[in-house]
Amino acid sequence: MSRFPELARVGAATLALSLLLAAGAASAGKFGIGREARDEEVAGWDIDIRPDGQGLPAGSGSVQQGEEVFLELCAACHGDFAEGVDRWPVLSGGADSLASEDPVKTVGSYWPYLSTVYDYIYRAMPFGDAQSLTPDEVYAITAYILYMNDVVGDETFVLSQENFADMRLPNEANFIPDARPDTPTLADGEPCMSDCKGQVEITGRARILDVTPDSDESN
Amino acid sequence: MARQGSKGGSGGVASRRAFLKGGVAAGAAAGGALATGALGGSAMAQNADNMAPNVADWSRYLGEGVDARPYGTPSEFEAHVVRRNVEWLTASPESSVNFTPLHDLEGIITPNGLCFERHHGGIAEVDPADYQLMINGLVDKPMIFTLQDLMRFPRVNRIYFLECAANSGMEWRGAQLNGCQFTHGMVHCLMYTGVPLKLILEEAGLKPNAKWLMPEGGDSSGMNRSVPIEKGLDDCLVAFKMNGEALRPEQGYPVRLVVPGWEGNMWVKWLRRIEVGDEPWHTREETSKYTDLLEDGKARRFTWVMDVKSVVTNPSPQAPLLVKGHNIITGLAWSGRGTIDRVDVTLDGGNNWRTARIDGPVLPMSLTRFYVEFDWQGEDLLLQSRAIDSTGDIQPTKDELRAVRGTNSIYHNNGIQTWHVRSNGEVENVEVS
Ligand code: HEC
Repeated sequence: MSRFPELARVGAATLALSLLLAAGAASAGKFGIGREARDEEVAGWDIDIRPDGQGLPAGSGSVQQGEEVFLELCAACHGDFAEGVDRWPVLSGGADSLASEDPVKTVGSYWPYLSTVYDYIYRAMPFGDAQSLTPDEVYAITAYILYMNDVVGDETFVLSQENFADMRLPNEANFIPDARPDTPTLADGEPCMSDCKGQVEITGRARILDVTPDSDESN
Repeated sequence: MARQGSKGGSGGVASRRAFLKGGVAAGAAAGGALATGALGGSAMAQNADNMAPNVADWSRYLGEGVDARPYGTPSEFEAHVVRRNVEWLTASPESSVNFTPLHDLEGIITPNGLCFERHHGGIAEVDPADYQLMINGLVDKPMIFTLQDLMRFPRVNRIYFLECAANSGMEWRGAQLNGCQFTHGMVHCLMYTGVPLKLILEEAGLKPNAKWLMPEGGDSSGMNRSVPIEKGLDDCLVAFKMNGEALRPEQGYPVRLVVPGWEGNMWVKWLRRIEVGDEPWHTREETSKYTDLLEDGKARRFTWVMDVKSVVTNPSPQAPLLVKGHNIITGLAWSGRGTIDRVDVTLDGGNNWRTARIDGPVLPMSLTRFYVEFDWQGEDLLLQSRAIDSTGDIQPTKDELRAVRGTNSIYHNNGIQTWHVRSNGEVENVEVS
């Protein structure tokens, strides 16, 4: 049920009209199924942003503006400094941790492209109120996250549609292509079937960590 | 967190499960003395009134009529067969995962209500009357299709497994979770009915520079991934049925993408849009997540295919051996690169292997069921299975994987699983030399 019955009626009328039009503007394909999408329909849903900046809306925002929005809408889960609260995701820090025992993957330490930050925040955040931020707010929050990750050092920094595609994240070069199969295949010979290793020792047990959830706990 | 269930459920189930646990514990205390009779004679709490020579109530009185259960559900005695989660894994249930109870299932098809769930913004409840699929970007005409439109395209039926790339991800550093539901339960296998994506793309008309697709979900996470156009034109489906009925809401009702053999995250649920482009998008789910961090700090990206893998589902920690004598080992094998050619099973931790009997359909990019029948006299077992697929890929040991990828990868752990069966029938997740 629409919260705006008036609009719903107008909508229905437009829909009926567009259905009529659809007969004329049917698809290019061989089945003639579906209808052409109108520009404003595409504009309403086409929200993705690419590393080269394709898809970015007009707008801008500064680190300081970003801090304000972030503290209001994001910090409850991601922390005032984007450092993460409890088990909610960490968005800053982790520099030089990737090759350690305990890698911390953040926008600053891990993410290859800044466009992903913009794309993801607008489409999915704040958690539970997706697609609610204005372009200026997303630019500002993105600038704030860059600042918290020491990618920009100046708190008067302004991120905008114009300078966005020039920004680089530090870990970009460390992404490499899939190299599988990277373990032996039949091309390396048939796997051993008998007397393969002699003495077999148990080297680890799940019981020691004992993290298995209670088997009767309800979902 | 009481360990075993007096909680809810019917007496039959509670007492059976209590017995399984209790029986195992008692067996252990008694030095592993197990009954040698049949399961029915030892494992379940019984009511003699229902058994020969007596005549059970159900044999005497009328039962419920038709329509008492307009949508059928499992027997009350099967109430323990459910998806389960690992609460501490994630911060919120809307961005979380639960697991398929593989040890309670047979054959290769997963019942619809037991398919594991992974959501990033909760379950979208989409009204099919308002459902639209938009195709835009590098096409001759941006298009919108309704659900009724989609159902007028020629459609096909295909059986595929779907595995989350993070299945077994907790086990990179060592044995952690006691139960194949938890170690391997982020997989399911269904028959999908849907439209080849190729037909829908052709209806919009692809521009010559179309190289990538970006499917996007209609849920509050707006899940988006980059899919190379070759895959989209090859075997992807826009599916609206699972095992013959409408997709379940938690599986993307009314429409999801099917990307055979590739990581589950790409099978976008509640599919609302597909953009066609000439470059990949590098979305959050293919950069921050679903990239495989190696020991040197470099990370592999676009690791789409799910490699050859298998697991013994029974016995396993949630399904102990109950009786000595003739017993059955069974499990599942699958590969995102083709069909399963062979599964080998070892009882001694990898020293000696025998080839398992495969039963049921052997289909590409589908679960495959295997069996080994054997005689068990209470000796310790170290059970493993090793699958080989039609491309010649062999399921690696966990140590082989760690040698090339370290332990920080999270994703694509297809290593050989070991279950330690003790003399009392209890089973534990272990690693071996
Ligand atoms: C109620 C808690 C909550 C709030 C408030 C919130 N987020 Fe999130 N955020 C999450 C959760 C949960 C995830 C992971 C979602 C998933 O599983 O995909 C996440 C993920 C993210 C990520 C990706 C992290 C990664 O490493 O991949 C970014 C960036 C982010 N949030 C930014 C924001 C911003 C900016 C705001 C404010 C506008 C915000 N979040 C508000 C809970 C929250």
